[in-house]
Amino acid sequence: MKRLFAIVALLALALPASAAFDLGQLMNNLARHQGGAAKFVEKKYIALLDKPVVSSGELSYNAPDRLEKRTLTPKPETLILDRDRLSIEREKQKLTINLANQPEALAFVDSLRGTLNGNRVALEKNYFLHLAGNHDKWVLTLLPSEQKIAALVQRITVSGSRDQIRSIEYLQADGDRSVMLIEALETR
Amino acid sequence: MTQHGKRAFLLWLLAMLAGAAIVWNSRFTADMSFFLPARPSAEQQVLVDQLKEGAVARLLMVAIAGGDAGQRATLSRDLRGRLEKTSEFAAVQNGESGSLDSERDFLFRHRYLLSPAVTPQRFTVDGLRTAIADSIDRLASPAGMLLKAQLPRDPTGELYAVLGQLNPGAQPASREGVWASPDGERALLLLQTRALGSDTDGQEAAIALVREQFAAAVATTGSADASLQLSGPGLFAVKARATIKGDVTRLSIISTLAIVAVLFFVYRSARLLALGLLPVLSGALAGIVAVSLAYGTVFGITVGFGSALIGEAVDYSIYYFVQSGRSGVAAWQARFWPTIRLGVLTSVCGFGALLFSGFPGLAQLGLYALSGVATAALVTRFVLPHLAGERIAMRDLSHLGNALQRALRGLRHLRWPALGLALAATTYLALEHDRLWSPNLSVLSTANREDVAADTALRADLGTPDSRYMAVVTGNGREAALQAAERAGQMLDTLVASGRIEGYDSPTRFLPSAAAQATRRASLPDADELRLRLQTAQVDSPLAAGKLEGFIADIAAASSQPDLTRQDLNGTSLALAVDALLLQGANGWSVALPLRLPSDDPAAALVAVRGALAGSGALLIDLKGEFDRLYTDYLHEAVLLALAGLAAIVALLAATLRSPRRLAAVLLPLVVAVLLVIGGLHLSGERLHLLHLVGMLLIVAVGSNYALFFDGASGQLDSDTLASMAVANLTTAIGFGTLALSQVPMLHAIGVTVGPGAVLALLLAAIFVPRETAP
Repeated sequence: MKRLFAIVALLALALPASAAFDLGQLMNNLARHQGGAAKFVEKKYIALLDKPVVSSGELSYNAPDRLEKRTLTPKPETLILDRDRLSIEREKQKLTINLANQPEALAFVDSLRGTLNGNRVALEKNYFLHLAGNHDKWVLTLLPSEQKIAALVQRITVSGSRDQIRSIEYLQADGDRSVMLIEALETR
Repeated sequence: MTQHGKRAFLLWLLAMLAGAAIVWNSRFTADMSFFLPARPSAEQQVLVDQLKEGAVARLLMVAIAGGDAGQRATLSRDLRGRLEKTSEFAAVQNGESGSLDSERDFLFRHRYLLSPAVTPQRFTVDGLRTAIADSIDRLASPAGMLLKAQLPRDPTGELYAVLGQLNPGAQPASREGVWASPDGERALLLLQTRALGSDTDGQEAAIALVREQFAAAVATTGSADASLQLSGPGLFAVKARATIKGDVTRLSIISTLAIVAVLFFVYRSARLLALGLLPVLSGALAGIVAVSLAYGTVFGITVGFGSALIGEAVDYSIYYFVQSGRSGVAAWQARFWPTIRLGVLTSVCGFGALLFSGFPGLAQLGLYALSGVATAALVTRFVLPHLAGERIAMRDLSHLGNALQRALRGLRHLRWPALGLALAATTYLALEHDRLWSPNLSVLSTANREDVAADTALRADLGTPDSRYMAVVTGNGREAALQAAERAGQMLDTLVASGRIEGYDSPTRFLPSAAAQATRRASLPDADELRLRLQTAQVDSPLAAGKLEGFIADIAAASSQPDLTRQDLNGTSLALAVDALLLQGANGWSVALPLRLPSDDPAAALVAVRGALAGSGALLIDLKGEFDRLYTDYLHEAVLLALAGLAAIVALLAATLRSPRRLAAVLLPLVVAVLLVIGGLHLSGERLHLLHLVGMLLIVAVGSNYALFFDGASGQLDSDTLASMAVANLTTAIGFGTLALSQVPMLHAIGVTVGPGAVLALLLAAIFVPRETAP
């Protein structure tokens, strides 16, 4: 009920904004982006913990399917997403996950990948999309449309400027959330 | 019939009845134990155990093709649901999430007895602080996030430590939430049968069940154009058995019909035909009885050899009827029987040499043929004359004999061409020496090329590991073996840490020794002490000690938890993982530790493992290497046995003939026949293996019968004798030749070697008839 209300409210808000800057335009901008490298700082707010868990590192993206997240602190970790395979290398261990087996990772991947490569079809497969703001400062909200994903993620908020993503926030079903701030190093 | 004759007949009848009773109660099998060594080395024993009871031998791979990806995924889920409800499978996996929940629950429940990180140091203030801080750091990673829900109860990350030991491996690709081939065109499932790999009936039942449940799933889901493909060691075993069964029936019928037709043409008498087959039936029965009594189990391939035995054993009654027709029984016994007896003895020497083989299949073939031939000869000599009576209404074969005599004169002109051909064959074989013999055991496998290709493709799609290298440790009891495995595991851990090997599997991950469990349990502090330490440790941590009561309760519960036993694993696929690696043998327990070596240089890794395990009593085994070595051993042994058999035949002939000249005259055609057959086979592209080698020995053993007649005739070979030899040779060629039609490589090899070899032996014996004995 609460979610339904939120959707209705968002839809109502969306109408005036779309006149100036609509989803299609944003997606076109994002899709033109061929890749690049960025620094990130991610904070995870977990109810159990008194302080957020902070990690930082570098992101690099090659359109349309390859994303690398190299965490440097607190523990080095490399996460590579290549099509359907997510591999994580950490503490001398290498783990390859088949995304179809991991709904949580899949939700994460679909939202991020769809946004990065401006794939509206892929995003709308799993989420209701809402865009607010303008060309220079936009906020894209993703609300899961599938129960399976909604059981894990309540809401994903992506904000950015032009074709650059500035931050991604995941609000998990249990109320914990994570915020990743992204600062582009260069653009190609 | 005389009093003496009646007694002989009654004895024979009793023996036949007893034999029939034994055969009725015999156990017949067509499994791979045919190929497995009778006297295995320690390494080979591991190979045998793995093939019979190991996990790899219980694997069934399933692919669903046809329809679209959605239909295939639905079918895959439906099939998995159906198969899980049956009791035939220990594990049914198709990549669905949630399919490993019970395993994960089990590992979580017993984490304090299973985690290698549980030491007294782990639960000191410093240890707790470090372990909990690491767990929190891990929350930064998606991998750690999966463990978030368990953090309050498992803040030191023991589940992570347990899971970290396991090989995540490369998972198959996935479509619509279930495993699929990389191109997405086939949905894949991986099954582990409860039936052992050596239990062909159990494997057959499991395979039939998969097919039946698949048909039901197709009917339910309505995806009519979907098809099922299965592969795995069990399927190969089932198919091999079907091939052997089919061949045994088919070949026996062909050979019997052909020989009966020949005999009828020669005898033109139903009575003589029936009497003539009597020694053959007696021999075939005696062969199975001897094998059954000596080995307990009769291999299907052994029975398949029966069609050759029929051809060989029928010779004696042919000699008897044709040769005694004119001269009478007493004269036959005086004049021909010694020659026939010598021929029987050379055959016995040939087959007898195989008895000493460590290759069980070969030893059985030897015993079967030896008892069969000897019995047929004895029945011909001692029973047949009484039954046939004094007057044998034999058709006059003199026209055949006369024609043969004319031909014989012509044949002698071929002496030099035959020698020239033999010389050419010798040169050719000498030049081709290195390429003659096929180097591995797979040439003996009945599996056809398409099945092997389908199996390889499925394995590649599923990423099924080839458990080629393993370390094996042993102990008197289960506990001792597990402790030995833990000690070896510690040595291997250092190699994993230094990156020399990628990893290894061990049953102690799920079933630690009682000693290890006790040590871990003793490392756990009591609840009050733990609470105090947590308060100190967590002062500056974002995870407050007060939130960890669940952890304290779990530690307290683990402290009083009884030892984890094998029974506790029931209901999870971990049970099978343990059973497949922890085996009870005749001399205690053994644990297999499959090794994952880096693919770029496994040899160097193997050296490192050998060094690390030196002195620990662990055996390091390369299963494929053992397989190849097994075959090489068989081949070397077969060479020795063939030479020994040949030496026995030569010695026997030398002792009987008492003349180097006569000996040479008998042996020359046999040696030339062997050279021509082997040269011809190699020239025609046949891949020669150890059964061809055995065939070479049998050419000498069987072929000598014909050469001996030329010698024994000492002066004149009358037309009856010639006719009998021609007919007997024809039946032998039919018997062995039928084997050449077999799809079982072992039988085929003997057939293509001995069939032509027997005919050549007769022809060459005729060509090389010594001048003074020429007609």
